[in-house]
Amino acid sequence: MDVLFRNVKELVERAENENKLISEIMIEQEMLITQRSREDIMVQMERNLTVMEEAVEKGLKGVHSVSGLTGGDAVLLQAYIEKGNSLSGTLMLDAVSKAVATNEVNAAMGTICATPTAGSAGVVPGTLFAVKNQLNPTREQMIRYLFTSGAFGFVVANNASISGAAGGCQAEVGSAAAMASAAIVEMAGGTPQQSSEAFAITMKNMLGLVCDPVAGLVEVPCVKRNAMGASNAVVAADMALAGVTSRIPCDEVIGAMFEIGQSMPSALKETAKGGLAATPTGKWLESKIFGGSVVGSGK
Amino acid sequence: MKFKSVFDIIGPVMIGPSSSHTAGAARIGRVARDLFGRQPEWAKIHLYGSFAETYKGHSTDVAIVGGLLDYDTDDERIKTSFDEAAEAGMEFEFIPETGHTDHPNTARVVVGDSHSEMSMVGISIGGGKIEITELNGFPLRLSGNHPAILVVHDDRSGCIANVSNCLYKYDINIGHMEVSRRQKGEMALMVIEVDQTVERSIMDELRQLPNITQVTRIAD
Repeated sequence: MDVLFRNVKELVERAENENKLISEIMIEQEMLITQRSREDIMVQMERNLTVMEEAVEKGLKGVHSVSGLTGGDAVLLQAYIEKGNSLSGTLMLDAVSKAVATNEVNAAMGTICATPTAGSAGVVPGTLFAVKNQLNPTREQMIRYLFTSGAFGFVVANNASISGAAGGCQAEVGSAAAMASAAIVEMAGGTPQQSSEAFAITMKNMLGLVCDPVAGLVEVPCVKRNAMGASNAVVAADMALAGVTSRIPCDEVIGAMFEIGQSMPSALKETAKGGLAATPTGKWLESKIFGGSVVGSGK
Repeated sequence: MKFKSVFDIIGPVMIGPSSSHTAGAARIGRVARDLFGRQPEWAKIHLYGSFAETYKGHSTDVAIVGGLLDYDTDDERIKTSFDEAAEAGMEFEFIPETGHTDHPNTARVVVGDSHSEMSMVGISIGGGKIEITELNGFPLRLSGNHPAILVVHDDRSGCIANVSNCLYKYDINIGHMEVSRRQKGEMALMVIEVDQTVERSIMDELRQLPNITQVTRIAD
């Protein structure tokens, strides 16, 4: 199959040589692979954007999951932001609250757009709708944000993994956060190379993150990991825009993520058998939700 | 490359909570229904690996049943699919297995009615993408790097020529193809990997060809 890029190096080189945005290279590749028109592709992505907007809106009004484990935190965060005394700043907390809002809707079996997965669906829209307030992008730039995220996600999915069952949470929230930071950089006017630096910095800080959902539900700790993924993305984007670079090239970081995922025990890859799922409280919550006897932790 | 489209990454639009365990599961169920060709009267779903460990929490069960009822990943009715199945007269049973499989998210879906039954194995590879790896005991060997369709047909001369002619007509290039059959003159199948996406209208046209019983997409 002919593609315009197989790794981040090729993606950045192509964008810089042709003096194009990363989002543009992604759109062109999509046209090439699917033989669909630019308009078709843009329309489909705008639909996804609309789903994301609606999910955030719904989450900010307050939703609760069936299990009762998650919900309502996005509302708490927005109320806290309004008081104006937040320590991490309005943009940061806004990104966090909107990421949480999306994942609370997801946990409540609402409609979301997977980016790249459902468990990590909060990071990309959360950061997008927060930086939007500061950067005032056009609708097209917001759609492009998703293509830039998608370009990096495409590389990760094909060269490593975006599945928690295959690679742990680093493959899901880790990938989502890194994708988002690359997209923030483009929206803020950074270079393709700076996008790749932001991606590498974020991913490096997510390496090793395990997938250990309590009771197997995409709730604890998934919702809050999206919050941290969003904040990580914003910080790394600022670092890259400041000129900070990653000593380990982006593609090698992705390779490391794959290797770490391979060597991670299956108890820590979405089987709900290890980590937080195996804590006494994790086990207790599981038995409370699904019935059955409480068994010892860590087995 | 297993992931070809940007919409494999930014998408699908779906009912939560998990792309692999909910959206992918719904797609596995839907392909099973597609291959069976009609609403089954009963379904036995064997779950392996992470599917077996966490299916309740991820609503994998309601999603597969939703798929068997022909619901797409973003269909709100997935949430109430057990009730909808009762209404549609479809019985189902979930069997968590402990056996080892190549992929952590594997489901064997056995469906049937008073006329026939069918067994299919699907895997959910992340982000809502799935692959079908076995049908009625036939292993479907896919490279996973290209879109693929599965054609089930009666073992008669001309079937393969007709199908490849039809694909040629729409300028769809075949990259790899495997044919197999159970017994001479009985059920046979073709697994065809192509370079382009096979649109629904082309699949409909393939279905109209003589001696073809089923056509479905098994890898996007």
